[in-house]
Amino acid sequence: MTVTPASFIKGAASLAAGMGVTIKSFFQPVVTSQYPREVLEITPRFRGHIKLLASPENPLENMCIACGICVRNCPSGSIKKVDGEKREGEKRKRATVYMLDFTTCSQCGICVESCPSKALGFSGDFNIAGFKRADFYFDLVKEFDKRKKAS
Amino acid sequence: MEQIVKIMDINLRFFDLEIVKIAVGLLAAFVFVVFNALILTWAERKVAGHMQLRIGPKEVGPYGLIQPLADALKLLGKEIITPRNVDKPIFYLGPIMIFIPVLVAFVVIPFDSFLQVKDINVGILVILAFSSFTVLAILMAGWGSNNKYSLIGAIRSIAQSVAYEIPLLLSLLAVVMMANSLSLKDVVEAQKGVWFVVLQPVAFVIYFISSVAETNRTPFDLPEAESELVAGYHTEYSGMMFALFFLAEYTNMFIVSAITVTFFLGGYQGPFLPGIVWFLLKSYFLVFVMMWFRWTFPRVRFDQLLNISWKALIPLAFLNLLVTGGLLKL
Repeated sequence: MTVTPASFIKGAASLAAGMGVTIKSFFQPVVTSQYPREVLEITPRFRGHIKLLASPENPLENMCIACGICVRNCPSGSIKKVDGEKREGEKRKRATVYMLDFTTCSQCGICVESCPSKALGFSGDFNIAGFKRADFYFDLVKEFDKRKKAS
Repeated sequence: MEQIVKIMDINLRFFDLEIVKIAVGLLAAFVFVVFNALILTWAERKVAGHMQLRIGPKEVGPYGLIQPLADALKLLGKEIITPRNVDKPIFYLGPIMIFIPVLVAFVVIPFDSFLQVKDINVGILVILAFSSFTVLAILMAGWGSNNKYSLIGAIRSIAQSVAYEIPLLLSLLAVVMMANSLSLKDVVEAQKGVWFVVLQPVAFVIYFISSVAETNRTPFDLPEAESELVAGYHTEYSGMMFALFFLAEYTNMFIVSAITVTFFLGGYQGPFLPGIVWFLLKSYFLVFVMMWFRWTFPRVRFDQLLNISWKALIPLAFLNLLVTGGLLKL
């Protein structure tokens, strides 16, 4: 490295420019969000664990027909058990149990894609935590049972 | 009655003793050092945060102000680990040695026209002589640790100090020539009319760059470059021994800024506000500039580091000294 007056001035100017950048950002508002205190809105494309979608006519009922295609298609075998019952006056079965083992799920979405009744979707649930594996075994129908009770 | 007078007389003489004055001054300096380091660690993290568009510490206390206290308590509570095969006396002396010269500098720094422990007529020499001890302490830490990263860090630190002490001294010498005194107070008094930064801009820039290098701060933080040397010379230190290095670094930042203020920015002089306020304002502004450097510039390479000093700063400092001398003779 040789220091010439020209290179010296050029270097000094670039240093000043860099300092200008940092001092500008010093006075700019922060871009981070303070997570536990403010939670950002989850984008609609976010892939959490899967959930059953409510039917457009009746938000208290899910659209799962307990056909079991998702169980057969799941590459990780994460959907353990889907069962349903046929109610009076209805053509198709309705799900009563939908067991998901989230510990092995990789959110690939094959179940969502292959569902013939479009009953599956991704939830925005991103901060689930637990101490045992059993904390991640979800019965997706329970969500609807809760809603029914609440109404 | 006679006895009381006698005792009071002894007491008065006791407080008149130079050694007692210095001891009280050192005690005050120690309190200041700890306080200064606590505030600066917080400030550095805040500055770093805002320069990267985030907020920095905020959980402990209002605006995270008690965070450094929590950190200090954590460090105090930690075990001091002594690795196998270290050179024990040197290993333990390192952090102590780095801390002592830091305290000495406070004896001669004039915080205000009346707030100075002792006005020594070779004040700046005292500071510079003692701050050179820092390098020795770093070498002791690096050598004693029996760790290759520590040793490389220490060696780098020495090469760096040798290179940067010369322009540092030369740029201060130019000011000393103009002020005609080595006493810090006289230097400040000589800036009654015009600050020396106006008369000696080149010396100011050289001094400030060298002082950043002397305190081992980015962009000259090669001795502790964490991305290549883990933590350099203090890799092996833990708990309070590490805290001492930390304390010394932040105090050195303040001392270096204080000297810059004393020599170039008119020291405690300024309108309206009392002298001490001006002094601290100016000093902490310079400390802020050093933090600003840290979060702006990438680390220089080692050959670049030495080149800047030997090829640019030292010739420039000599030239500046020559011109200053010539102009003063006229």
